[in-house]
Amino acid sequence: MHTIVCVKQVPDPEIPPAKFKIDPEAKKVIPPPGVPPVISVYDERAVEAACRLKDKHKGKITVISMGTGKVSDVVRHALSMGADEGFVLEDEAFENLDSFGTAYVLGKAIQKIGGYDLVLCGRQAADWGAGQVGSILAEMLGIPVITLACGIEVVEKNIRVKRIVKDGYEVLEAPMPSVVTVSSEIGLPRLPAGMSLMLARKKQIPVWKAKDIGADLSELDRTKAHTEITGLSVPTRKTECEIVTGNTPNEAAVNLALKLSKLI
Amino acid sequence: MDTHKGVLVCGEMAEGRLAPITIELLGIGRKLSDQLGETLSILLMGSKTGSLGQEAIAYGADKVYVAEDGLLDHYNSDAYTQVAANLCLKVLPSIMLLGHTDIGCDLAPRLNGRLGGGLSMDCLSLSIDPTTQLLLATRPVFGGNAHATVVSRSARPQMATIRPKIVPPAVRNESRQGEVIPVEDKLDPSAIKVKVVDRIKEEVEGVKLEDAEVVVSGGRGIGSAQNFGMLRELARVLGGAVGGTRPACDEGWVPASAQVGQSGKVVSPKLYIAVALSGAMSHIAGCLGSKYIVAINKDKEANIFNVAHFGIVADYKEVLPALTAKLKELLSA
Repeated sequence: MHTIVCVKQVPDPEIPPAKFKIDPEAKKVIPPPGVPPVISVYDERAVEAACRLKDKHKGKITVISMGTGKVSDVVRHALSMGADEGFVLEDEAFENLDSFGTAYVLGKAIQKIGGYDLVLCGRQAADWGAGQVGSILAEMLGIPVITLACGIEVVEKNIRVKRIVKDGYEVLEAPMPSVVTVSSEIGLPRLPAGMSLMLARKKQIPVWKAKDIGADLSELDRTKAHTEITGLSVPTRKTECEIVTGNTPNEAAVNLALKLSKLI
Repeated sequence: MDTHKGVLVCGEMAEGRLAPITIELLGIGRKLSDQLGETLSILLMGSKTGSLGQEAIAYGADKVYVAEDGLLDHYNSDAYTQVAANLCLKVLPSIMLLGHTDIGCDLAPRLNGRLGGGLSMDCLSLSIDPTTQLLLATRPVFGGNAHATVVSRSARPQMATIRPKIVPPAVRNESRQGEVIPVEDKLDPSAIKVKVVDRIKEEVEGVKLEDAEVVVSGGRGIGSAQNFGMLRELARVLGGAVGGTRPACDEGWVPASAQVGQSGKVVSPKLYIAVALSGAMSHIAGCLGSKYIVAINKDKEANIFNVAHFGIVADYKEVLPALTAKLKELLSA
């Protein structure tokens, strides 16, 4: 069983709002100083899902990440969780791509790696959160896709996936290879420890450029982007908060109850 | 892009009726198509659509495309993508709207991948640029810390999924006229690779989080699963549901299905009581639509007080029992 997991490095989504700054002209987010970027929440769960499959069925996990700078950190994180091999996709031509461009690059890398049974992605990224790369990737690779997974099993030659729906979940089966996008309900990611941590530190993480994966640069031409961000703003939503007081917290609670009972 | 015209809504049905999100989409779709001077169409897919075509017309559709097939009885990604993509290739809509629901979240990106359109997910508002006539889609990014406006200059259709309960529903008007057009193309069953093995309805105790009028949520500051009992008691008295932040869910104090926030559920109750949670944007993004937000936190600098209408600065353990008892007394009176 060979699983390829696509992961993304994002600014830490749990930073306090006061530290969140944007450059509205450039339509970019200014990374908060001193807060290291992290692996996107859902992508980490996708790595976890891959590790659970490996625990049960053996096989191999390959991790790929497209980005610039210290992207190898998130690949290494995935390696320390239990992935076997990792690649970074970094090229000027890969910067600021829309979902189609991203899916194209990932698809090219996946085809180069080859011999896969399953491709896992997070359901959306924790930064721009476009929520479509996995599905477009599947369309490009011409293989089935199941989104919003909260559980993945292998049943004979198929994957069986629990997919979250409004009032519960559905159980779906697809032939392999398929793409599955993973949601946080799949459960907590494991903490890297011991040997795997040490081994991950020593592993080489090759960097692939556009020519290494045979990417056609005209496909990545930004003037042909399907979507473009034309505005970025921080919504102002300061409400006047009435602090309810009392001589004791108990008394404040009673005062609050009197106010709330009139609202509901 | 004169080849593509009109607004197409992808409808959803629930228990034999148009789903609430679909009526909302018809509302915003009508507005956009009137601005463009173009038609509003809707696609209904199912095994039996009955009189829902007429219903959609009453809610503002000019044309209703009806695809009926046993294979469309329940949502199936492969089947629905096939029907919707074929229709899009035939009617060439300029704009396509879907709900940001479990169906829309799956169908929209898939369809977009097939059609090569330009899609924005989870939109909070849509408008037409008066000079370019392009669709301007506003959506939350970076966990709700910022809003981005997205434009699709040349890719068609311009697609968007709209978050439920954000835009007002269309007003029903029985006297409206429109056309119901059956979709004749037969589904190719061999293209359906993903099979449904089972559907499990999860019974929730009490009120469902998304439907609750009152939500009591806790964060890391609650400290333990046991302490969440206090929140459950308050929710019970108010006939509400209990939610949690991502850290609280990660700790296992509340189930992952009860996570409120950008990466969890988006709720818009009448009253949202935020207990011992700091108010990270990623959490607030999930509850900002609430009519009233109440914050209980011992840190008076906590960000949650910036979005709350009422607050108590104190240890929640000293507040909740008295609050619950007093509300119980007042509400039973």
